[in-house]
Amino acid sequence: MLLFFEQLLNGIQLGVFLFLIAAGLTLIFGIMGVINLAHGSLFMVGAYAAAAATEWTGSFALGIVIALIVSGLVGILMELVVMRRLYDRDHLDQVLATFGLILFANELMTILFGRTPLFLNVPAILNGAVEILPGVQYPLYRLAIIAMGILVALILYVIITKTRAGMLIRAGSTNRDMVAVLGVDIALMFTLLFGLGAVFAGFAGAMAGPLISVEVGMGEQQLILAFVVIVIGGIGSVRGALVGALLVGVVDTLGRAFLPDLLKLFMDPASADGIGAGLSSMSIYIVMAIVLVFKPSGLFPVAAAGR
Amino acid sequence: MSDSPVLQIVDLRKSFGALSASDNVNLEINAGEIHAVIGPNGAGKTTLVAQICGQLRPDAGTIHFNGQDITAVPQEKRPALGLVRSFQITSIFPDFTALENVMMAVQLHSGHSFHFFADAGKEPTLTGPALDFLRVVGLEDAAGNAAYALSHGQQRRLELAMALALQPKMLVLDEPMAGMGTEETNHVIALLSQLKESVTMMLVEHDMDAVFALADRISVLVYGQIIATGSPDEIRNNAKVREAYLGDESLADA
Amino acid sequence: MGSIRTSVLALAALVFALLVPQILSYYGEDYLIGSASRIAIYALAAMSLNLILGYGGMISFGHAAYFGVGAYVVGIASFHLFDGSTIFGFGGTDAALLSWTLAVIVSALVALVLGALSLRTSGVYFIMITLAFAQMLYFLFVSLEQYGGDDGVIMYNGRNTLPGLDLSDDTTFYYVCLAFLVAFTVLVALLIRSRFGKVLQACRQNEDRMRALGCKVEHYKLATFVLAGAAAGLAGALNGNHAEYVSPDYLHWTKSGDLMIMVILGGIGTLFGPIVGAAAFLLLEEFLPVLFDTANLTEYKEHWRIVFGPLLILVVLFARGGLLGTLATIGGRNER
Repeated sequence: MLLFFEQLLNGIQLGVFLFLIAAGLTLIFGIMGVINLAHGSLFMVGAYAAAAATEWTGSFALGIVIALIVSGLVGILMELVVMRRLYDRDHLDQVLATFGLILFANELMTILFGRTPLFLNVPAILNGAVEILPGVQYPLYRLAIIAMGILVALILYVIITKTRAGMLIRAGSTNRDMVAVLGVDIALMFTLLFGLGAVFAGFAGAMAGPLISVEVGMGEQQLILAFVVIVIGGIGSVRGALVGALLVGVVDTLGRAFLPDLLKLFMDPASADGIGAGLSSMSIYIVMAIVLVFKPSGLFPVAAAGR
Repeated sequence: MSDSPVLQIVDLRKSFGALSASDNVNLEINAGEIHAVIGPNGAGKTTLVAQICGQLRPDAGTIHFNGQDITAVPQEKRPALGLVRSFQITSIFPDFTALENVMMAVQLHSGHSFHFFADAGKEPTLTGPALDFLRVVGLEDAAGNAAYALSHGQQRRLELAMALALQPKMLVLDEPMAGMGTEETNHVIALLSQLKESVTMMLVEHDMDAVFALADRISVLVYGQIIATGSPDEIRNNAKVREAYLGDESLADA
Repeated sequence: MGSIRTSVLALAALVFALLVPQILSYYGEDYLIGSASRIAIYALAAMSLNLILGYGGMISFGHAAYFGVGAYVVGIASFHLFDGSTIFGFGGTDAALLSWTLAVIVSALVALVLGALSLRTSGVYFIMITLAFAQMLYFLFVSLEQYGGDDGVIMYNGRNTLPGLDLSDDTTFYYVCLAFLVAFTVLVALLIRSRFGKVLQACRQNEDRMRALGCKVEHYKLATFVLAGAAAGLAGALNGNHAEYVSPDYLHWTKSGDLMIMVILGGIGTLFGPIVGAAAFLLLEEFLPVLFDTANLTEYKEHWRIVFGPLLILVVLFARGGLLGTLATIGGRNER
């Protein structure tokens, strides 16, 4: 039971990462109608920037800040050079061009940092564990990530529902022309929004640094998981992204932790391990398929999402 | 045959949030008539057409076609029953030729599309009828032209030819004259009055000259409700209709 | 006119393809025959993707899944033959007729299930879902420890056996691959002009109109999806034989991306585009690094993708219609 609780928290923590990536992706799609495969590259850029900057400055906090700035700038650059030429193109063009971006970004990182993964240490202040329940020690760093995730979700909620910018974001996703008529510089708004999505993804990458190895291609893993999140949650819905991310994070983590043992109740240990490993690696996709059968446009469909 | 209506709509309701697009619509369309549905913009005409053709599912009420309840029949199964529509915004296959567009309709009407090897372009059972329907709408000379390159009026007629190729018992025409010049409009009016012999038609149209020239009966839709149904003369003299169309000279002139 | 010119060109290309082994041996570059086989195999896979992507307008980002499943069927059959063990009560085999047929059937079935689920959606959902399902199969094969997990299956018995032909001979194997490519090209050529093909192309142009005309759009899309999956499975089976090795890399999502690039590069929605695209892509992959050598950038040779990525972006942004389309435009002809 205690182990279960610990794994549940691990699942939530994975969900937080996925939410940070999926939130930007789903907003960008919902509002600009563009699918960006290179969003995962921003996650990677954040992780590398944090690792390099922490090494350079000796401070993890400074490393994170620099990572946020770098990934934001890279995102804005990406929007200015490539993405804005894709808004009026069909999805196929968007997929291919952003695939080209991934190839470029991955190769550039290989040239800059080599093929050996970088490792980031958990900062001293967040090192160690706390007793969250009697007898359950849980790493402080992972708790911090969960807290950060909640914070970002709250900030995003406030921005979207309470501010003028958020109003424009909501209006822009349903009616681009109307927003343009209101005298808003749409091009600038898109660039900044893209930058914001990039900062979220970069933040996730930077925070993930100490937990997973920082290497080329790390972003695409997360990207595809984020797609699953978005399909489950509904494209364009930040709320859907949150629910989907937590669901995927928890299902994936618990599946990997407990499915093989669960199967041992029904079959011999060897095949339980084999089938358990296979099933648990497929679990989130199976969840996605089930959602698809019953709610083809996700749990929180956004009516006006441009197709 | 002429006693029972071809299309019978009873207490149809459809709303989008607070907006009632169909508010207890009752409508009967008899065999062999051209029944026009008119109304100001936003009256719910397009929503009504979408429900009749199965694109939208009504919230309440029933639609019977030839005595059969089709309220829940999916869109793609309605043409086989003889209920066929044309689109308000021209909807064709732009990369096909005019002939190929109509051939597609002929092919789907025949119901045999899982043929994998024979060259469809050389099948006389497809090309023959397709050419006939192009001839009916006066497009036989443009048969080999790519559909995207046709003029607007030609595309509208192509659209009509595709609808006819499904050999409908009833045609639902959603603004067939939209965006046409006077000459082309007259051409289509002549065409439709010719077709009247063989097909029942529901005509949704803004062009009042066309409506009053063609319609046997007219229903007026305002704010999702049918406020009047009757012969063109009855409608012209109906006080409620005049009120709804206040200031609309085309009605008074027609 | 155009079709006569195309036929002549296609015939010339076929004659050239038939003479490739002789040409290579004339120049003493026999070892390149493997690359020629690879081009034929990937052309087959790209052509199957073009069926759904180009003619059907379905943007599937998971086509490598069927390529990989086909390859794994062959790999697993070979593994059990070598191992002497059984799977579902059956022993392994290295008989090409049996193994390849099985590869086609299994990948078609997988395409049927995943296609039926994915086709419930459209647009960008479809892209994400096909990608996700392909990734699911990728992880499934990674988790199969019995078949090497990450490392995959080596076919210790070598290539499959075909009565009367020695597939271990590279030239023979090349001709077998070429034969499948030609056969599938003929099949697609017939298909796109048939009633079925017309329906598929009409669905791409205007799905709403097809529904209003009484067409059950999903049936045709799914049928095409399954056919494309089956052909990709065959290509995978051939590639497994070519390499005598099968690994999860076959299903990696970048492989799906590569197949898409081949289709776009050659000319989407054209009969011969995928062949041109596959050849161009694989030749580029081989010769871009060489280009680094000539530019005295040998140390960056392995990073040829840093050029290829932006090149791809430029093609997407500025050379719509791919190589065939661009050539036709330059030639002043507008081929439809």
